[in-house]
Amino acid sequence: MHPYLLALIGGALIGVSAVLLMAFCGRIAGISGIVGGLLPPRPADDLAWRVAFIVGLLLAPVMLALFTGDDRIGAPTVGPVLLIAAGFLVGAGTALGNGCTSGHGICGLSRLSPRSAAAVATFMAAAMVTVFVARHVL
Amino acid sequence: MREIVAALLTGFIFGLGLCLSSMTNPAVVQGFLDIAGAWNPTLAFVMAGGVAVTFVGYRMILPRGRPLWAPRFSLPAATAIDAPLLSGAAIFGVGWGLAGYCPGPAVVSLASGRTAVLIFVLAMLTGMIFVRWMRTRLSATMPQTPVQERSA
Repeated sequence: MHPYLLALIGGALIGVSAVLLMAFCGRIAGISGIVGGLLPPRPADDLAWRVAFIVGLLLAPVMLALFTGDDRIGAPTVGPVLLIAAGFLVGAGTALGNGCTSGHGICGLSRLSPRSAAAVATFMAAAMVTVFVARHVL
Repeated sequence: MREIVAALLTGFIFGLGLCLSSMTNPAVVQGFLDIAGAWNPTLAFVMAGGVAVTFVGYRMILPRGRPLWAPRFSLPAATAIDAPLLSGAAIFGVGWGLAGYCPGPAVVSLASGRTAVLIFVLAMLTGMIFVRWMRTRLSATMPQTPVQERSA
């Protein structure tokens, strides 16, 4: 199947997940928020559904590998030092900005939230500038 | 209990979507962000599919007033486009561009068993804990975003 069609189908599945989580549990499907609620200090008082959602996330590539032989997980493109720096920035930035590609991107844009639209425009621009500098300037 | 089953199932569908759409491949994500290079539009299709379904689905669900298996919708109440939002989004964007992982794909990619992904996720959790800790200390000037409890 063409990768763009698969991307559209995969995106639709993410949408189905976000809609079902709202319909059944009344929750925003934002990964940084779901994970962040498990962390100190002051973890949220509703840990169970958060852990269950993360277990579900991890089961997906395991099942894909089991039934198709390919978990569709690619290799990292950078070394451990950059991964540590990038990981810290992703964690700190999503905690400070209250959301990531899923919470602000998929869920926030779908709610027509101007706050989420501003966040998406900002992180997209920052990421594009970062890749431009890393690949074409340095 | 049934809330947990729903979360497990929706997490699974979400993870499947990320894997099928190649968002668990940082080279594809960085290819989208590299507008001056060999641009790869895959991520735009993912966002289009995700937002289209969620936009329609939310419009059917939210007017019902309450979710099926929980007492109320937990929706973010914050509407301000303020410094924490924009600086946080910018910091996240730099990290996302550097490695090609946002939180969802990073967590899903842990299943591959690669040490490099584990390193990224541990650093990400450290960043989250750092900001949460700072917020607790500075709660007078930087309050946590309140969650609006909307019930029927």
